[in-house]
Amino acid sequence: MIYGELGDSRTRRTVTGMAQLLRALRLDGMLLSGLVAVTLFGLFVLWSAAGDNTSLWFSQVARVGIGFALLAVLSQVPDHFLRMLSPAAYVLGLVLLVVVALAGDIGKGAQRWLDLGVIRFQPSEIMKLAVPMMCAWYLHQRALPPALRDVGAVMLIILVPVALIAEQPDLGTALLVAASGLIVLVMGGLSPAFIVGGVAVLGAAVPVGWHFMHEYQRQRVLTLLDPQSDALGAGYHIIQSQIAIGSGGVFGKGWMNGSQAQLEFLPERSTDFIFAVIGEELGLLGLIALLAGYLFIVGRGVTMSLQCRDAFSRLLAGSIALTFFVYAFVNAGMVMGLLPVVGVPLPLVSYGGTSFVTLMAGFGILMSLHSSRKLVG
Amino acid sequence: MRRVRIKDEALEQRMYFQRVLLAAVLVTLIGIALVGRAFWLQVVQHAHYVELSQGNRARIEPLPPNRGVIYDRAGRVIAENTPAYQLELIREQVGDLEDTLARLVRFGLLEPGDVGRVRQLVLSRRTFEAVPFLLQLDDEEVARYAVHRHELPGVLLETRMARHYPYGTVGAHALGYVGTISEPDLVRVDRERYFGTGVIGKTGIESAYEADLLGTGGYREVLVNAEGRPARLAEGTDPQLRTHPPQAGRDLRMTIDFELQRVAEEAFAGRRGGVVAIDPTNGDVLVFASLPSFDPNGFARGISRSDYLALTENPDQPLFNRVLRGTYPPGSTIKPLMALAGLENGVIRPEDPVFCGGSYSLPGSRHRYREPKRGGTHGPVDMHRAVMKSCDVYFYRLANTLGIQRIHDSMSRMGFGEPTGIDIAGERGGIMPSPAWKKTAFSTREHQVWFPGETVIVGIGQGYWTATLLQLAKATALLGMRGQPYQPRLVRALVDPATGKVEERKPLPLPRIELAHPENWEIIVDAMVAVTTGGTASVAARGATYSIAGKTGTAQVFSVGQTEKYDEKEVAERLRDHALFVAFAPAESPKLAVAVLVENGGFGGSQAAPIARAIFDAYLVPEPPK
Repeated sequence: MIYGELGDSRTRRTVTGMAQLLRALRLDGMLLSGLVAVTLFGLFVLWSAAGDNTSLWFSQVARVGIGFALLAVLSQVPDHFLRMLSPAAYVLGLVLLVVVALAGDIGKGAQRWLDLGVIRFQPSEIMKLAVPMMCAWYLHQRALPPALRDVGAVMLIILVPVALIAEQPDLGTALLVAASGLIVLVMGGLSPAFIVGGVAVLGAAVPVGWHFMHEYQRQRVLTLLDPQSDALGAGYHIIQSQIAIGSGGVFGKGWMNGSQAQLEFLPERSTDFIFAVIGEELGLLGLIALLAGYLFIVGRGVTMSLQCRDAFSRLLAGSIALTFFVYAFVNAGMVMGLLPVVGVPLPLVSYGGTSFVTLMAGFGILMSLHSSRKLVG
Repeated sequence: MRRVRIKDEALEQRMYFQRVLLAAVLVTLIGIALVGRAFWLQVVQHAHYVELSQGNRARIEPLPPNRGVIYDRAGRVIAENTPAYQLELIREQVGDLEDTLARLVRFGLLEPGDVGRVRQLVLSRRTFEAVPFLLQLDDEEVARYAVHRHELPGVLLETRMARHYPYGTVGAHALGYVGTISEPDLVRVDRERYFGTGVIGKTGIESAYEADLLGTGGYREVLVNAEGRPARLAEGTDPQLRTHPPQAGRDLRMTIDFELQRVAEEAFAGRRGGVVAIDPTNGDVLVFASLPSFDPNGFARGISRSDYLALTENPDQPLFNRVLRGTYPPGSTIKPLMALAGLENGVIRPEDPVFCGGSYSLPGSRHRYREPKRGGTHGPVDMHRAVMKSCDVYFYRLANTLGIQRIHDSMSRMGFGEPTGIDIAGERGGIMPSPAWKKTAFSTREHQVWFPGETVIVGIGQGYWTATLLQLAKATALLGMRGQPYQPRLVRALVDPATGKVEERKPLPLPRIELAHPENWEIIVDAMVAVTTGGTASVAARGATYSIAGKTGTAQVFSVGQTEKYDEKEVAERLRDHALFVAFAPAESPKLAVAVLVENGGFGGSQAAPIARAIFDAYLVPEPPK
């Protein structure tokens, strides 16, 4: 690594000691520093986006703590144990989704939350990890590239929870869950013919899907095509976020100085649209820095997946890393007006929900899968 | 057939590596697309979005101008701006307007009768504009609002400059008043100029000089959040907001002397009527009183419906401007002018005697036109004595000799039958009858014929002839000036408060009336002096240190507002004649010309003349205020 550049022997000892400690804790130093860097950047931005609401910021700090703790815990779990757990996690997730569908609380007009008295959480968050785990578990036992029958089985594994989540309705999460499973399938060697065919089927399904979409979901798609058509309604979010980003310029208006964000023109500025706050206050440079951080994390994650010892670990690790990128891409694309408005938070930066904790759990699993290789290697 | 495949770890690893490479390419492309989009928005389109964000955060807030202050002749403040609390309503923040109006009524801040007016007011203004609907709250109302504030979202208590009239009811009819801008007002004015201004001049000076008094509104850009509420950025940020200060309206200097006005109004001692006093040398109106009067502060405060009804339903009609709009038969006050017309037309000489036997009949008619006092006779009278004693028979005969056309022409030259052109709106012109007028005034042929008898009574200022007090005062001033009339005016000067620049308004001389025999002026004036020394007004003029040329009059009732129900006593009182008196003094070189009318006062010499005397004394006996 970079030990050679460190001349001072005490420093070298410290760094070497750190590396040993990390290894003992089954943590990956590079991935961890990437995560910490982006998280700190996120908290920095959130302080500005939260405005007067400092309690919001502190509650996010608490979630960050919980997230990293969960990462550390999950990284200790042996990979075979994770594999063994996969079907159970998936079934549990399915059951909870059904329970939510039947008796879930109404939150923001959509049935997503499950209130367990002590904690309220969205079962769909479990599925963000349980679906790729289940897919990897299934494919692990089959010869790859997957045969048609296996592809069908994996598609079923993916579509059942996705359908339940989409019905809540939470299109954003449904898409992400679907992406996490499909990535497993594609990385598992799905033949290009399937991929091309799948895209073709998807294209054909658009009119059908349109038919089953909720009115607000249709509106979001239409709004993407022409935001000005409904400047004070559905198009408002997109217009205001683009004004925020565009007016930020290369260097931004300065931290805490974004008029769009601070004067509340920007909706959801601390959650789904925080990307626009970065663009406005920290400019193009801030956005590039964030994207670079994301690419570093994805790159490190994918590299780690290459070193995993079996198909389950490889596929799951690759899916966790690449799904993370999909999160970032969907949110950034939405805020910059490239994609329809779907409720997807900006990973590691957006305030809220269980998103941060789920991401950290994923990276904990990723580190666990990676470390397991070393134990045998 | 089912093929069984064996898992091949090496193959799977290789394949996975290929897929990772593919994914890396895809991720890189997407990353480039995202940065490219950001570059497009933040670099290429930067200027465009900066402009949009500027427009977003700044909202223009009006800075209403200070309305011009109105001073009287002596520099006393007559209309000023004082800070006052007012309630304003922003429709967009109210939620349910009807509910809010109902609450305002419940909390005693709005009278039930005013709900419709306020609703219309609010709905007529533009969005996000704070519409003032209750001006000048008293302490109790402010307290009531404070208690219920949380139940009244969108209803704001603001401190604004409000109009205040320190003299109250004194001179209210000349001064006029301001009131909340109504929908008809908005149609007639440039709405933009009133952005942020809650009131507009409704009548009198306040209305006539609205354009001068209003000033020019300013504005400032206020940082607002997405809901349109004022907001602020963190310390040390330069929000680059523009401010454009308002320019105050011009101050007015009135011609009226409000202390003299007060003397005049008090001289009425509760009687109804009106009085105008004009400086004959320039047309300045020093007194302009219509009684009973009203308190313009009520309107400036936002008068409630019940208070307004109390004013409009008052049988004494305090809102009726008797000076400007009251048209009365001028009665005997026009006899000097009639005599002058006789002289100028050469139909009579001053010394020509007429025998007054108490009545006059047209040749070939048995109808008798009588002196007002039954059995009253003046015996042989010449012109001087006819004016002094107000002999009707003399003027019946004179009128018949002159004929209606010559009377009409002479009196029209003196200003009768048309408005004087005073500088406030709504003036009426009265009627100077003639055969031509009668043709247009009546629709049926038998009514359009002019009868000689109608000429006879015009000779004593009765019949179809009606005049305003302003016309009488102007004609009297003209007599005093021996033929030089001026257009009456209420404003002498306009002052720019910022620069102190004074724009004096020059007196407006009207075409001089040239007599073929200028000595006729003195004949008439002498006769009018005789009225106050030995004639019908001698009691009122007794002891004056200056000479008064005057003429009394008594007009048959053409009372204003005959529709109300009166009890018998009331009717009897209101059928009494109006008492009139016109005069100027000093007679040889007049400083003041006065026309007084006391409604249902009876005899002019005893009822109206003392009021004129009080004004003359106040104005002429001490040093005349400059």
